[in-house]
Amino acid sequence: MSDTVLFAFEAAINGLTVGIMYSLVALGFVLIFKASGIFNFAQGVMALFAALTLVGLQEGAIPFAHLINATFGTSIHHFGFNIPTLIAIPLTIAVMVGFAWLVERIVLKHLVNQEPIILFMATIGLAYFLEGLGDIMWGAEVKRLDVGLPQGGNIWFEENTQWLGFGNENFYGFYIDTLNLYALVIAAILVTALVIFSQYTKQGRALRAVADDHQAALSVGISLRFIWVLTWSIAGIVALVAGIMWGSKSGVQFSLSLIALKALPVLILGGFTSIPGAIVGGLLIGVGEKLFDFFMQPIIGGATENWFAYMLALAFLLFRPQGLFGEKIIERV
Amino acid sequence: MLYREAGDFKSTYPSDNQTFPIRFDRYAYWALIGFAFLVVPFLLTDYWANSIVIPLLIYVIAALGLNILIGYCGQLSLGTGAFMAVGAYATFKLTTAFPWMPIYIVFILAGLVTAAVGVLFGLPSLKIKGFYLAVATLAAQFFLIWLFTRVGWFFNDSATGMISMPERTVFGVLVTGPAASAMAVYMTCLVFVVGMAWLARNLTRGTVGRTWMSIRDMDIAAEIIGVNPLIAKLTAFAVSSFFVGVAGALLFGVYLGAAEAGEAFGINKSFLVLFMVIIGGLGSILGSFLGAAFLIVLPVLLKVFLVDALGWPADLARHLEVMIIGALIVLVLIVEPHGMAALWRTAKEKLRLWPFPH
Repeated sequence: MSDTVLFAFEAAINGLTVGIMYSLVALGFVLIFKASGIFNFAQGVMALFAALTLVGLQEGAIPFAHLINATFGTSIHHFGFNIPTLIAIPLTIAVMVGFAWLVERIVLKHLVNQEPIILFMATIGLAYFLEGLGDIMWGAEVKRLDVGLPQGGNIWFEENTQWLGFGNENFYGFYIDTLNLYALVIAAILVTALVIFSQYTKQGRALRAVADDHQAALSVGISLRFIWVLTWSIAGIVALVAGIMWGSKSGVQFSLSLIALKALPVLILGGFTSIPGAIVGGLLIGVGEKLFDFFMQPIIGGATENWFAYMLALAFLLFRPQGLFGEKIIERV
Repeated sequence: MLYREAGDFKSTYPSDNQTFPIRFDRYAYWALIGFAFLVVPFLLTDYWANSIVIPLLIYVIAALGLNILIGYCGQLSLGTGAFMAVGAYATFKLTTAFPWMPIYIVFILAGLVTAAVGVLFGLPSLKIKGFYLAVATLAAQFFLIWLFTRVGWFFNDSATGMISMPERTVFGVLVTGPAASAMAVYMTCLVFVVGMAWLARNLTRGTVGRTWMSIRDMDIAAEIIGVNPLIAKLTAFAVSSFFVGVAGALLFGVYLGAAEAGEAFGINKSFLVLFMVIIGGLGSILGSFLGAAFLIVLPVLLKVFLVDALGWPADLARHLEVMIIGALIVLVLIVEPHGMAALWRTAKEKLRLWPFPH
């Protein structure tokens, strides 16, 4: 096969693995949107915050060290011990659950029955708050996150795809990050777990009932507030997974929350209410932007990844506003 | 005692509908205008002008524009930064292509160019709304910024990719470029602010404003009673973008002097202006002033208090500022969804009855 076709294939495979990351963030959005009708802009920052907390715990960093140093003139940074990853992850989950509880307590409770647009803006405020909090708590510098996931290219994959070149000497097999393969597996496990949880457990059914109709769910005795804490906790855990993946790949830094903005077009493609939609949408955007960049780079220049996803979403909105898998939007007076 | 409408008789419809129905408010308004035009220019120092007064005036225009779109017409936009960039780059292209053109005309033309771009990106609003529209405007944000940093025509192929403002004069006084005096820059911004606020006030209380508000309150019902959503939404986008474009033109032309699209007009600008509108008050002209003032003064205050007085590192103060702004947004939405303007309205009601509330 010719070089161009092979390179395009490689770009597509890379796009697929990037798309998985988008899907992970989008998944958190969908969960919260389904359960409470809130479009949670803070999902990306939640991923950043979770990753920051995880790194901080692993390194045994003292929370608010900078603040304490600035206020009292001390110079403390670390407790002097490291927490193993397997303990740090549950602790981070506990922090995210606590955050979910606080969000319900302090914010959501007071904003019940507000217009969606008001709730959306409230989550933008929440995102800013969390971003500032994360920086003050753990420091703003770029951090390396290592949870024991392997790095670097996958040799096995490369060797076993070499035959695809069909005698092309420039081709040595597709390059793929081992980390991305892990991300693929983890995303699959996560989605399966979520589906099982929502289909076969009592809480999962209650969650779906709330998603279907708030008032009907309330009248059969489901605690709305508990369900909200539950969904925000699950979204927090999904955020942690996304944060670990992005963080292991390119370090824990602010750009993480900007990348999460990409989850918005993913949702528009996949539909706001569909978990499979989030996955498929993420993959489509990931592949689409890599291929578009690959073919368009010689013509209009690089870095089209910045806007391609949004433009695709815009085009989609004009023809199919509910997305690929979303429920049809019906408006009434 | 002072704040009464007693004795202030309205004998015509126009006087009944005036912006400030209470005599005291009218006097205060004229006093403020007089103070702004006749006293402030002579008191203004470079520090005050550059850190508070001029950014404040420029952001008031941007906030007015976004408030027209969100507060009056109910269309959420996250593309304000990019539209400001359109204004800035239009200013740059116009001044370099037509050096003879008066600078005030350039600023207004830049606003009109932005209005055209705004209408283009407002077209999806006919079909979608809410946060769907927010994503569509994000497309504008990222696409336009990419365009301005990639296509050499927009920055005249300058090596740094930056645009810089040539020097221009009005009535022989230098208003742009680094050598312009604080007073000249201030007067330029002030003239625009007063003109734009007057325009916004009169647009929003007339037919156009009423159709916007009917679309905001319930678009289907508005359509049924005969409001044309096409015209209403697109005029809102056009007028809003015009304001935002003029703000961007002024920000680049008289304040920054040199700018790079990604840095000066990134997504953070969009959020900053959005926060001004939320904190100040959705659907309120006064709110745009209050919100802009608050978010311009807050960082300066925090810096003076934390960094200069307590000796904190500057980055820590900045993070705290981000945190405070986020918390304030949530707080305002919970406690007073109509922002600081609503607080002022309540205070006014109380004042009218004071000191005998019953």
